[in-house]
Amino acid sequence: MLNRRTFVISSVLGSVATLLPRIPFAATKTDARFILVILRGALDGLAAVPAYGDGSYASKRGALAITSPTQKLDGMFALHPSMTNLYQRYRDKELIVFHAVASPYRERSHFDGQDLLESGTAELKGARDGWLNRALSGMPAAKGRNTDQVAVALAQNVPLVLRGDAAVNSWAPSRLPDTDADTLQRIADLYSTDEYFATRLQSALAADGIAGEGMMGTGMGGGKRDPLNGFNTVTSAAGKFLAAADGPRVAVIEVSGWDTHANQGAEQGQLANRLRALDQGIETLRTSLGPAWKDTAMLVVTEFGRTVAVNGTRGTDHGTATCAFLTGGAIAGGRVITDWPGLATGDLYQQRDLKPTLDLRSVFKGVLGSHLGVSENDLETRVFPGSRSAQVLAGLLRTTQA
Amino acid sequence: MTLSAIIAANRFGLGARPGELTDIGADARDWLTHQLKGTRPVPQEVAGLPSSAVAFQTFAKALRERRHDKEGDEAENKRRQIGAMYRDQVAARYRFAIRTEEPFRERLVHFWTNHFAVSADKAQVVGLAATLENEAIRPNVGGRFVDLLLAVEMHPAMILYLDNQASIGPNSPLAQKAARRVASDRKLDINENLAREILELHTLGVNGGYTQADVTTFARSLTGWSVAAARGKESAQAGQFQFRPMAHEPGAKTILGKRYAEDGLAQPRAILKDLAAHPATAKHVATKLARHFIADDPPESAVSRLTKVFLDRDGDLPSLHRALVESPEAWARTTSKFKTPHDFVVSTFRMLDFTPQLPEQMLSPFQLLGQRPYTPGSPAGWPDTASQWDGPDALLKRIEWASAVGKRMGSKVQPLDAGASSLGDALAERTRVAISRAESGAQGIALLLASPEFQRR
Repeated sequence: MLNRRTFVISSVLGSVATLLPRIPFAATKTDARFILVILRGALDGLAAVPAYGDGSYASKRGALAITSPTQKLDGMFALHPSMTNLYQRYRDKELIVFHAVASPYRERSHFDGQDLLESGTAELKGARDGWLNRALSGMPAAKGRNTDQVAVALAQNVPLVLRGDAAVNSWAPSRLPDTDADTLQRIADLYSTDEYFATRLQSALAADGIAGEGMMGTGMGGGKRDPLNGFNTVTSAAGKFLAAADGPRVAVIEVSGWDTHANQGAEQGQLANRLRALDQGIETLRTSLGPAWKDTAMLVVTEFGRTVAVNGTRGTDHGTATCAFLTGGAIAGGRVITDWPGLATGDLYQQRDLKPTLDLRSVFKGVLGSHLGVSENDLETRVFPGSRSAQVLAGLLRTTQA
Repeated sequence: MTLSAIIAANRFGLGARPGELTDIGADARDWLTHQLKGTRPVPQEVAGLPSSAVAFQTFAKALRERRHDKEGDEAENKRRQIGAMYRDQVAARYRFAIRTEEPFRERLVHFWTNHFAVSADKAQVVGLAATLENEAIRPNVGGRFVDLLLAVEMHPAMILYLDNQASIGPNSPLAQKAARRVASDRKLDINENLAREILELHTLGVNGGYTQADVTTFARSLTGWSVAAARGKESAQAGQFQFRPMAHEPGAKTILGKRYAEDGLAQPRAILKDLAAHPATAKHVATKLARHFIADDPPESAVSRLTKVFLDRDGDLPSLHRALVESPEAWARTTSKFKTPHDFVVSTFRMLDFTPQLPEQMLSPFQLLGQRPYTPGSPAGWPDTASQWDGPDALLKRIEWASAVGKRMGSKVQPLDAGASSLGDALAERTRVAISRAESGAQGIALLLASPEFQRR
């Protein structure tokens, strides 16, 4: 369903056409979809994916341990009991769970940790752009299209991972009434000598046309009861965007609320509620994508993990390695990929955190390369400079696409 | 009206009200520096609001009701009461911001509130966030940084937001007593949240030279730094700062290479005082101020000048804020700061001289544009760079809101007059022409608010 603003777009686009020549849609060869979900606040990987088979797990985790898990992945790992949809994906071989993963970041600041995760560089030096933005120009999906037709941030503002030289789009649910066509046209005219404003307005109108008015008024009023503040609404919209034949192929969603310093809970509790909402949102995305799910890879990552031991307030403090999820119809799933370091005190990072044994950039490269067709040369030089130590993780996709 | 008056009102202040550019007169720097020193009476909008202790007790009561009364009617009532309290606090903040004649001072209050951010999306903090601003920031913005820091870190909103009330020394009397009880499954220990954010965000900054060991040791020193009746018991002192020696980790602590002897409450206070005077703190604070007033990428010249003033004047805030006024970089003709939603809404209301009457009406634009007051969502506060606010969808939402404001105000305000009175010569010819050709007053206002020059400061 397209909303009544759609007819305006063409006229508004006309007025800024001098700034941004618009290339007609070319049939793109690739149907591959990629959704990156960033969990802000540092997800406790040992809560989402308990290592129940590790001899030190129960004693180290204490009150937070889930010792008789119901959703076992193998003899060592289980999925948190509230993530029932993802467990089904695992059994359908559409989910890979990574464990003991981390970005190259080894300090414990959320904000720097997120910046490094998103910049994709080896060190944090005033991160200006993100790896997914740098990857866009090398994607076959971007051939013959403007990058802002290919990539969308499901947020009012674009997260760092998608910020950079390539223009991208953004969209978030609104409760405001539409502005009338004439006023929009005049504002577009007003912007025609200001490229900064003109390009943003053009992108926003294009995105708004795709999301459709069915989305209006459903988002921000989500209310207190939703532990993830409208995540489900956003994934539903993301599915619509990416399902469209001429829609974007890359989306980024961010969701906060994972900084569980106090009263984290185990099988039940506040983290369990958020994991359930995350699980539900992913399921909504799957249904919303429809047949496009078979071409989809969805990666869920967080900036770092949390302490293995419970702290003094039944929660966990900032740690290092954690888990990540890769799901979708295109994924060769049903596996846990990890070089498990163990939870005995001597095996921990600085004797307190899960030790990282897999660089998240290896996962990023594996997905960008075999799913989205970014060349190895691009990956090593532009997208993840200085990442030779993080070798491409191969075989994540069901069938390798060109 | 001069260029410097336009900059003083719109970049340093909260956006010019009708007549403000004329009132500023020829000496804009003088107008600004007069706003800095000393204390001010509590704004009348704020004076009638509940104190932090009352806000805390209302929440504690709601928790008790919920425990006792399974039906939850009373608890629900209390929750509603806290929601109403939050909306009243938001309305009071912005009523004052819209009318104040010392908008530079008020911007600084907002700046420091954001530097020491708590977020009202944590249930316990909903009614408390604004009290941090009114009780700890407002009275100290004309004083010294160390007093501001101490007032903030001792405020219940900060302690509860960063979980320190339940952080307990593993060798404290309380932990030892608990260890002797057989049934206890919970090992009493520290929570490092407050200690880490003080170092990373409030003082030294993330590259300020501290280690994980410093964080942990500081957290141990801060054990017992708490709030009276934090677990919800009834008490006359409930919600006030309380040092609990029983929970304090005994012993000397070494932080950043300096040893602090065991001295109860005086130990963490001594550490905080040293942190407040640390060169890394000076640089961190100077960088944030310069970013807020000059540019997302603040010029090194301005940062080092502010850093030096901070250190030379022992963290005297009026001197620091004055150094900003005296920075030539802050007076550049180009407007390099993209307004945050907060700036955009406040400057709109000031320019149009319009104060929404119901608290819900005051709250709603901030919420719609993505900056619900007092809820930055993280202890880092709201971001202060354009790239965090200027996404395509954010721009469209501003336009939609601008057009809704136009519909409401179009018959009452002449957009060309309002624009000229608030932006002066900074109003572009192109915008003037577009407004004069608008089909209605409503559309004219939408164009004025949507114009590039109104969206920057």
